[in-house]
Amino acid sequence: MTTSTLAAADTAPMIRLRGVSKWYGDFQVLKKIDFEVARGERVVICGPSGSGKSTLIRCINRLEDHRDGEILVNGVTLDHSMRSVAAVRQDVGMVFQQFNLFPHLTVLQNLMIAPMKIKGVSKDEAEATAREYLLRVRIGEQAHKYPGELSGGQQQRVAIARALCMKPTAMLFDEPTSALDPEMIKEVLDVIVELAGQGMTMVCVTHEMAFARTVADRILFMDKGEIVEEAPPEAFFTNPRNERTKAFLGQILHR
Amino acid sequence: MDIFLENFFNIDSLIQIYPLLVQGLELTLLLAIVTLPLAVLCGLLIAILYSFHIRWLNILLLIYVDVLRSFPVIVLLVLIFYGLPFLGLKLGSFAAVVMAITVNNSGYYGEILRAGVESVPKGQREAAHALGFGPIRTVVYIILPQAIRNVLAPLASNSLELVKTTSIAALVALPELLRSARVAQEQTYNPTPLTAAALIFFVLLWPFARWVAKLERRTMIVR
Repeated sequence: MTTSTLAAADTAPMIRLRGVSKWYGDFQVLKKIDFEVARGERVVICGPSGSGKSTLIRCINRLEDHRDGEILVNGVTLDHSMRSVAAVRQDVGMVFQQFNLFPHLTVLQNLMIAPMKIKGVSKDEAEATAREYLLRVRIGEQAHKYPGELSGGQQQRVAIARALCMKPTAMLFDEPTSALDPEMIKEVLDVIVELAGQGMTMVCVTHEMAFARTVADRILFMDKGEIVEEAPPEAFFTNPRNERTKAFLGQILHR
Repeated sequence: MDIFLENFFNIDSLIQIYPLLVQGLELTLLLAIVTLPLAVLCGLLIAILYSFHIRWLNILLLIYVDVLRSFPVIVLLVLIFYGLPFLGLKLGSFAAVVMAITVNNSGYYGEILRAGVESVPKGQREAAHALGFGPIRTVVYIILPQAIRNVLAPLASNSLELVKTTSIAALVALPELLRSARVAQEQTYNPTPLTAAALIFFVLLWPFARWVAKLERRTMIVR
């Protein structure tokens, strides 16, 4: 690769959606979404439930398929081919609301299985990487426990480490703290903030507005399948332009 | 009392027919060892195919399982052994029994394992996909291990049934335990061999039955 193509790859957006639409039966969940995430950028998506925000990020790694429009992730156009889907999924990590750790495997095995079975990484290397990431999410001492023996906050941190073990270039978070007890939210957000500080590209669906303010370069507000407002955090919170954004912020900030 | 003992627990008759019973036991065990893995494998195939959620295929599989479930295995055996020769396919009695039990139990195992696959939450599949697992690896590494663990008790229980089902081989004159006992009974004019066969079945399967009972109780507590 020459220097100029490298530079081009660096400036090209990590994720780009153009005119993406999706329907569940007759109901249109996504309406011609245009959306870009630059390399190293941190985008937070918020909005009322049913607004299509989870569907949107689930389209990025094709857990949901879109009908119209184009999705480009790290230079790969997502289509029906297994190859494009596999390429994108290896590149993009995801953290779910319900953690979705594998209950039949120990914490360490949860972190090692994908690198070993999919990337063909050796057992020793996979274990070394796994232990490193477990330390980073401050859970090194739980390596041999099963997910069922951990608290929700610990499980979610393991889930983050599991995604990181695949060395993704971007991370998707789908309401990572919504299923947690209040006292565990901070420990998970701290890990995500730290990750953001290290320059990871990330898209995060969340209702945690204080977190959004600290971590986001840009906040998107979605309603009824559309991106209604898009602004840097300061402008988003102090000077929202759309009426729907104002109403939403009014509800969520002054409870 | 004497008449009862002489007829059902006749030591002389037992000593006389002992080799026959041993032969019968060997054949029963052989049948179990051959059919059990075959049936589990066929059931596994059904469950794996089912787990891909392809609509037309799933309908076909449900029909297959339903037909087998509503069909006595002994009828299946008679059809295979006495019916298939009319189509030009003549199986030996051993092969016919293996085929009947395998086909019949593939339906049961398939249904049990399918329920196991269904019991694994949708999020598991999504997490595997998000990590880059393709459809086959997802099933092999993530779905099946959990599915099997969730239905271990019914799996073990069905395996117990399968071993007992091998005695239908007596119907096509295959000298497994029951048939051997019948032959011995005719030779000695004494039903003691039948008692012995029943006892052998019991001694063979009782520990296994205890284990199944324990498994069932444990899964009930866990859930």
